[in-house]
Amino acid sequence: MSDITQLFFDAAALGGIYAMAALGIALIFGVMNLVNFAHGEYIAFCVFALILPSTDAMSVMFLGRAPAIVLIPVILGLGALIAVASEMLVFRHMRNASPVAMMVGSFALGFVIQNTLLALYGGRPKAISLWPDLNMPVELAGASVPVLQLIVILTTLVVVTGLALLLRKTRIGLEMRAAAENFRMARLLGVRANVVITGAFALSGALAAAVALIMATQTGVADVRMGGQIMLVAFIATVIGGLGSLPGAVAAGFLIGAASVVLQAYLPLDARPFRDAFLYTLVIVSLLVRPQGLFVPKSARPRI
Amino acid sequence: MMNRHTEARLLSYATPVILSAILLGLVLLATFFGDKALARMAAETLIRVVLVVGLWIFVGNSGIISFGHAGYMAIGAYCSAWLTLKPQMKSLFLPDLPLWLANAEWPMFPAAIVSGLLAALVALLSGAAILRLSGIAASIATFAFLAIVNTVYSNWEGVTGATSSVVGLERYVDQWTALGWAVAAVFAASLYANSASGLALRATREDEVAARASGIHIYRHRLLSLVVSGFFTGIAGVLLGHSIGVLNPDNFYLGITFISLAMLVVGGIGSLSGAVTGVLVLSILIELLVRGEQGVSVGAAEFALPSGTQEIVIGLVMIAVLILRPGGLTAGREFAPRSLAFLRNPKTKPKTAPN
Repeated sequence: MSDITQLFFDAAALGGIYAMAALGIALIFGVMNLVNFAHGEYIAFCVFALILPSTDAMSVMFLGRAPAIVLIPVILGLGALIAVASEMLVFRHMRNASPVAMMVGSFALGFVIQNTLLALYGGRPKAISLWPDLNMPVELAGASVPVLQLIVILTTLVVVTGLALLLRKTRIGLEMRAAAENFRMARLLGVRANVVITGAFALSGALAAAVALIMATQTGVADVRMGGQIMLVAFIATVIGGLGSLPGAVAAGFLIGAASVVLQAYLPLDARPFRDAFLYTLVIVSLLVRPQGLFVPKSARPRI
Repeated sequence: MMNRHTEARLLSYATPVILSAILLGLVLLATFFGDKALARMAAETLIRVVLVVGLWIFVGNSGIISFGHAGYMAIGAYCSAWLTLKPQMKSLFLPDLPLWLANAEWPMFPAAIVSGLLAALVALLSGAAILRLSGIAASIATFAFLAIVNTVYSNWEGVTGATSSVVGLERYVDQWTALGWAVAAVFAASLYANSASGLALRATREDEVAARASGIHIYRHRLLSLVVSGFFTGIAGVLLGHSIGVLNPDNFYLGITFISLAMLVVGGIGSLSGAVTGVLVLSILIELLVRGEQGVSVGAAEFALPSGTQEIVIGLVMIAVLILRPGGLTAGREFAPRSLAFLRNPKTKPKTAPN
């Protein structure tokens, strides 16, 4: 019984991280049809903002030394900042380009950010200790659960409800939904494109920053390549959830987290290093069954 | 007397001839007027031509960006290593190979062909699944495919040597071998692009709905082009392996995906000439940057660019091209003469001449 509880918490926490990353990608896709390959690098950027730039193996905390009450808003702000900056410098000039060109552009931008980090910080993964106390386990329903997992689950719930409220109840949320529905029509009706798109990028960047804080605490490592894997999962979540659908992205994020944890627990020992290969194969199989996404009515055609 | 249609068809055959002549000219220059380093650079560039032209066969004609081609490359490269490495080496480093493969010691050329065919087969199987998705979703699925290949090859200790590299591949690929394959790839790409299937596929690239309404079976043509593309990408992997002599799964991951896409985008996705132009332009840029990273002395002062500059500059060039010249340098045009007037029967010439 406790095994199952343990598994549940693991799955919910991992799924929560994936869901948040997927939300960040789905938000931007919804507003401007951009598949943002730089999203993973936003995450890496926020992690590295915690430490001083140097190519030494040891890391010296920089922003990471600040108390949580200061650190969290600053990092979230930084995430929003880099996302908004990338919109202003790159994507704003590609508004009329095809989604394919924008996707390639974001891929290039991600590579630029990654290699800038590489040049500043060196390629070796660095140990960082951010809030190590949060990895202490507590007993809960017969399972020992790290405090961080509870925080992650809680944060995800807060973020998802917060975002839902923002999109349903506020003016900017209404404008974003209108823009996602039909961007040109929304503009003709007085929605300011720059406000909506900047808003979406800021939110997406802040989500990336939240993921960064969680990952830094959980793994205790800063690695230039850390954004890539989670970004891939997040992409897959947005595709499985149905491109552009926010609830779909969240649900698929949790689903992939759960599948990943279950595979890790029940695959034979020899096959465990190949877990990701099994996971992605499952993903391709699920797409074969429902090419338009799991959580999208069959009638909906992708708007690409 | 030639009608318009025949002329257009002959013109389309001029492109691969011109491109091959350019490549041949570069190799001759590098071989006879350059040092050894330049010959190596020529070989490297031509291997990239095979790769990017292979990639173009699918991406250029279908309009779907693929992030998975580095996976086909890895499959080709490792297959050639399995077939050609000395059996003693294999029993030492790759102990889990099946017996017939462990004892195989094939000549290089058949091994390359079989490796390309294996990559094509994998392209057929993966494409059969991935290409059922619509454009952007398919691109993301190709990324997942790349991750699958990378995970498998990085962990399958006894068969791929995992992250400890496979060493000892015979380094038989010089600029002439690479030139041979590059020319073959360019001709195959041109033939495919101008075949019925290639033209149908390009129609789907321009307007999917209209193409479907005209009775084009999109899935079939996409899959066919992916298979052809997979073959040459696999060959590019073989050539790369036998040129540097060492294989590591990470050689076939995001780095090479990025470089090959950058070359395609900078040169122009829309045309074969664009693919080749992109390789040549970016290869020269890369060479300059590599030299810059090693340090340039101007007078008494030493200037060296920090490492990583190469990728950053290429990324910025790529973004600049996407913003300023979305069609790439060639903007979708092919290198070809405007018309075949010079081939025309002299008797028809007076048409334009004053009578």
